[in-house]
Amino acid sequence: MNITVTVNGQPCTRDVEPRLLLVHFLRDELDLTGTHWGCDTSNCGACVVWLDDVPVKSCTVLAVMASGREVRTVEGLERDGELDPVQKGFSECHGLQCGFCTPGMMMTSRWLLDRSPDPTEAEIREALSGQICRCTGYENIVRSVRWAAEHPAEKPEEVTP
Amino acid sequence: MSASGPNGHGPNGHGGPNGHHGFGRVARKEDARFIRGQGNYVDDIKLPGMLYGAILRSPHAHARLLSVDTAAAEAHPQVRAVITGETLAGLNLAWMPTLSNDVQAVLATDKVRYQGQEVAFVVAETHYAARDALELIDVDYEALPPVVDARTALDDGAPLIRDDVEGRTDNRIFDWEAGDAEQTGRVFDDAEVVIAQDMLYPRVHPAPLETCGIVADMDKVTGKLTVHTTTQAPHAHRTVYALVAGLPEHKIRVVSPDIGGGFGNKVGIYPGYVCAIVGSIVTGRPVKWMEDRSENLMTTSFARDYHMRGEIAATRDGRIRGLRVEVLADHGAFNGTAQPTKFPAGFFHVFTGSYDIEAAHCAVTGVYTNKAPGGVAYACSFRITEAAYLVERMIDLLAAELGTDPAELRLRNLLRAEQFPYSSPTGWEYDSGDYPRTLRTAMDIAGYDELRAEQADRRARAADAREDGPLMGIGISFFTEAVGAGPRKHMDILGLGMADGAELRVHPTGKAVLRISVQTQGQGHETTFAQIVAHELGIPVDDVDVVHGDTDQTPFGLGTYGSRSTPVSGAATAVVARKVRERARIVAGAMLEADPEDLEWTPGRWIVRGDPSSGATMQEIAMAAHGSLELPDGVEGHLDATTVYNPPNLTYPFGAYIAVVDVDPGTGKVTVRRFIAVDDCGVRINPMIVEGQVHGGLADGVGMALMQVMAFDEDGNHLGASFMDYLLPTSMECPSWELGETVTPSPHHPLGAKGVGESATVGSPAAIVNAVVDALHPYGVRHADMPLTPANVWRVIQGRPFRTDLAIQ
Repeated sequence: MNITVTVNGQPCTRDVEPRLLLVHFLRDELDLTGTHWGCDTSNCGACVVWLDDVPVKSCTVLAVMASGREVRTVEGLERDGELDPVQKGFSECHGLQCGFCTPGMMMTSRWLLDRSPDPTEAEIREALSGQICRCTGYENIVRSVRWAAEHPAEKPEEVTP
Repeated sequence: MSASGPNGHGPNGHGGPNGHHGFGRVARKEDARFIRGQGNYVDDIKLPGMLYGAILRSPHAHARLLSVDTAAAEAHPQVRAVITGETLAGLNLAWMPTLSNDVQAVLATDKVRYQGQEVAFVVAETHYAARDALELIDVDYEALPPVVDARTALDDGAPLIRDDVEGRTDNRIFDWEAGDAEQTGRVFDDAEVVIAQDMLYPRVHPAPLETCGIVADMDKVTGKLTVHTTTQAPHAHRTVYALVAGLPEHKIRVVSPDIGGGFGNKVGIYPGYVCAIVGSIVTGRPVKWMEDRSENLMTTSFARDYHMRGEIAATRDGRIRGLRVEVLADHGAFNGTAQPTKFPAGFFHVFTGSYDIEAAHCAVTGVYTNKAPGGVAYACSFRITEAAYLVERMIDLLAAELGTDPAELRLRNLLRAEQFPYSSPTGWEYDSGDYPRTLRTAMDIAGYDELRAEQADRRARAADAREDGPLMGIGISFFTEAVGAGPRKHMDILGLGMADGAELRVHPTGKAVLRISVQTQGQGHETTFAQIVAHELGIPVDDVDVVHGDTDQTPFGLGTYGSRSTPVSGAATAVVARKVRERARIVAGAMLEADPEDLEWTPGRWIVRGDPSSGATMQEIAMAAHGSLELPDGVEGHLDATTVYNPPNLTYPFGAYIAVVDVDPGTGKVTVRRFIAVDDCGVRINPMIVEGQVHGGLADGVGMALMQVMAFDEDGNHLGASFMDYLLPTSMECPSWELGETVTPSPHHPLGAKGVGESATVGSPAAIVNAVVDALHPYGVRHADMPLTPANVWRVIQGRPFRTDLAIQ
């Protein structure tokens, strides 16, 4: 099937099998390997990307379902050469170790902060509860998101209408 | 944000400059790529012409393999090769050695011995096509009765699992013991109090978020095999591949790129790796094989599965005198545990833990069952998890029997600072410790007395008013680990001694490259090891690059597991940097026209003793060492050194953990309200990274104590084969960790450091279980096996506990 998915602002057209998963489309067709695959069952969240503004687990979305829609991946977090505050926060607060869950965690964190710029610890934990980190015990991930909340980007984050 | 370091440098990561010169909270160098999605994991590697492998696995736990028909799969237009056990037998590769001197089937030839065992390997143009082709393979099995319950493995008439081994008549792998049985028996015979308890440390899986995989690339022209693979021990893997495949070792390069968590899961060599290598040899093209999650959980190294019977002997006033343990160890269908050859039960015999105990003895019997091979994985420090759990549960059982507060009982029996170095009754020499100080620190942070008062108050109100609120429990665990293997004379993997190399070069402009044998899986080696060099040479951390994970680029060593990176490679790094510093002293002597013996080191500079105005910086010395300066006779130019570090002893980190839980008696749900962890791992090179390591291990403790188990039904079907069934802790189950520290340097490590990577995983499960059992005290509960799921706790409250390792009957 011929599909066009706008990924990080760039329209990408490919001929794909109908069964191709979005995570494999991003990784194998577009070489965007920042989105990881971890479990196949929507439990771990290593594959979280935005589909039209909403975090989804790209291992359980078919690529064809994303046709005509916008996808944002970890590679699209940085804007105009400036890291997103979430990216800075994860490094500042040691919010990552092996780095495998990190892209998915950061995508959900960005989504949370766009909707709730000053989240409580409980809100952060709930927002990230569908994702698994095996290294950090979540403590520093929570602190990283708080750091990002306390250090917003100077320019307001662009929100897709 | 995190606190600043001792020199006022806070983390300033995300690629910014870092002028820090040594120890402290330095932001990680590796973060710059990970936060941008630019990590390079095995599955991110795409080589020109690369093919994809997939494995057909057995649905049976135990069955005779009658036939494997691959004709239809081979006819698939995108399939390039189908490999079976028969194919491999022709190459003498159907079996491979395990890390415990057993053999393991690469692809089955005679029988399948666990559900998920490898039967055939398909190589195709795409991952999806390879999976499709698996469906086209027709296998005939004759089902055999399986051995699922380890407790029946040695019964008369139990099915014989390893009939591939000539002369074998039962499922016994080994009997092993440590300690003095006779002396321990005497202590027990005249003890005032003896308590016994059966307990299970269930089978769990480390489940790193990245599964295991490989890209194998055999260059037929040069004869060089390059494998990019998820390994914690690249050099050991290279040697094993050479031995397994008969390839010359200098023609094998093992690259371990970014690793998405290991925890012991990535120490072993799995059949899929060998299949991918054979696939590349057969097709002449690179072959990638990545497990899916079910394959990872069902077939790669699990951990624990220890059925233990503990006995503790004490005086009526709470003086512990003896400890005795019998263990039945379920090793699965092949003995594939990874531990030093001398120790088939790993370091379990450190089970006397942190206590001054007169006599101790353990007897361990290992058995085969129809389950996946493994046993030593998951941050266990070679089975110290099981040992620490056992002793800490036994202490609480004794406290309950004597009616003594468990903190008080521990303080009465902990080793005292003046007893170090301490020779344990089972043969260990603990290097350093001040245990009571650490426990008291944890009790202070927790507000232990207030917590006990709150608990007493709640219990009183519950008894008076029949309040139906949550049951509060407080649990303590005090652990001692033995980490950082070797020394090489006692410790090896497959005959390879546990000593590790390091190479350091300082370039003419004073920038340094360190090459080490260990491999990070998230521990931050690129930062910590750069800090060690910076500390020793007095140069900025940013001026040190760390090269690791490539056997063509790094010196030989045994790799990262058992918390050995800082104890062994960290020491090697300090030693090699000091060698460079001494060479620099000679060069500085020539530069300053002074006797090198008259120079003294100040951070970053050699100066003429007593004259700080006359000196040379490391950068100036580096340039001179590569320049035209005339050096003394016998002194080679340049500024580099190599070393191999053979540790004189293990390091013995320790810690005191306190968990506070609330148990809902109506549902059995356990909530971890607070968790206090005070670790003593000697000198902390990067406290931020150390704390991160502890946080992760504490979450493991929550998972193992409350959620994680790999259970089986009576047919040997795996009941935890996905993350829907094998439950891992999320941000919701984990509390905000409360950490503290004490620092007791290791006397034999050049930096005074000890390992810490596994401490929290080893120490925390017992604290949580002790807390839950404490909460259930009003119900008369004295013990409950992990995991303490709501269903399990509820059954325990009802007085009807069940076997957590088997399907509910």
